[in-house]
Amino acid sequence: MRTTETNEAGLIARILAGEKELFHELIRPYERMVYLTLFSIVKHQTEAEDGAQEALISGYRHLSSFRGDAKFSTWLVRIAINEGRKRLRKAKRAAEESIEEQAETHEGDFTPAPLTDWREIPLEALERKELREALRSAVAELPDIYRQVFALRDLEELSVEETAQALGITTGAVKVRLHRARMMLQKRLVPFLKTTAPTRRGFFGRAL
Amino acid sequence: MKLDCRHVWEHISEYIDNTVDATLREDIERHLEHCEICSAILDSTRNILVLTADDRTFELPVGYSERLHERLAKELEQDSKKE
Repeated sequence: MRTTETNEAGLIARILAGEKELFHELIRPYERMVYLTLFSIVKHQTEAEDGAQEALISGYRHLSSFRGDAKFSTWLVRIAINEGRKRLRKAKRAAEESIEEQAETHEGDFTPAPLTDWREIPLEALERKELREALRSAVAELPDIYRQVFALRDLEELSVEETAQALGITTGAVKVRLHRARMMLQKRLVPFLKTTAPTRRGFFGRAL
Repeated sequence: MKLDCRHVWEHISEYIDNTVDATLREDIERHLEHCEICSAILDSTRNILVLTADDRTFELPVGYSERLHERLAKELEQDSKKE
């Protein structure tokens, strides 16, 4: 069985040799990732979709410059990040909070919120639509530098190394930002999770 | 080593990702056995991650893939004409 990478390298070689139609097949596994990367930066659905199309077209036009030193997926994510940042600048929304200029502060509270009277969340609670919505807004409200790391790691499931490569930061910074992002989300969602906890039980598991 | 809660919280993310060394892992696990607060924080954080990775939480716009491939098809076609 051939690995994904070998398959991809083969596809890329054939596309560059003239079988252009294969580009559709090449990018299919990454459509979602490219969209989510754009969305994590521009935070707007139509803008993210337009950006994803542009990023993938740009990937097609520059395919010959893909050298294979990074994974193809990481290369695509990097293009998507650049596209997103370009759009942010254009919209002048970046004027005050330039992604590049933001740095971690050592201030702020990145500790999780303790839960009192916590019981394991039943699976049905995770199915609740409201919880998904709460999570979406909590992610949208994260500061940019934390949201982007969180999106690449926990949403798109890139490794720490791939995330670092894609964002051009150190693996240490990825870990710190990821930890803070997760703790901020935990804190934001605790009130919500509490209300979804099952009814309290007395000794020996009897309902009170 | 006996850990306090704050120390466990600092490593919770790495603990979830399984990147803490074996000794620290054991210390954290020993702490979790008797600390309900930290166990709850760990559970809730894990649940958030499960929910994040669930495709239904962050959905793609309806018709995204169709529109994307249509646009790509146009680009590919134009590119072929150039040659």
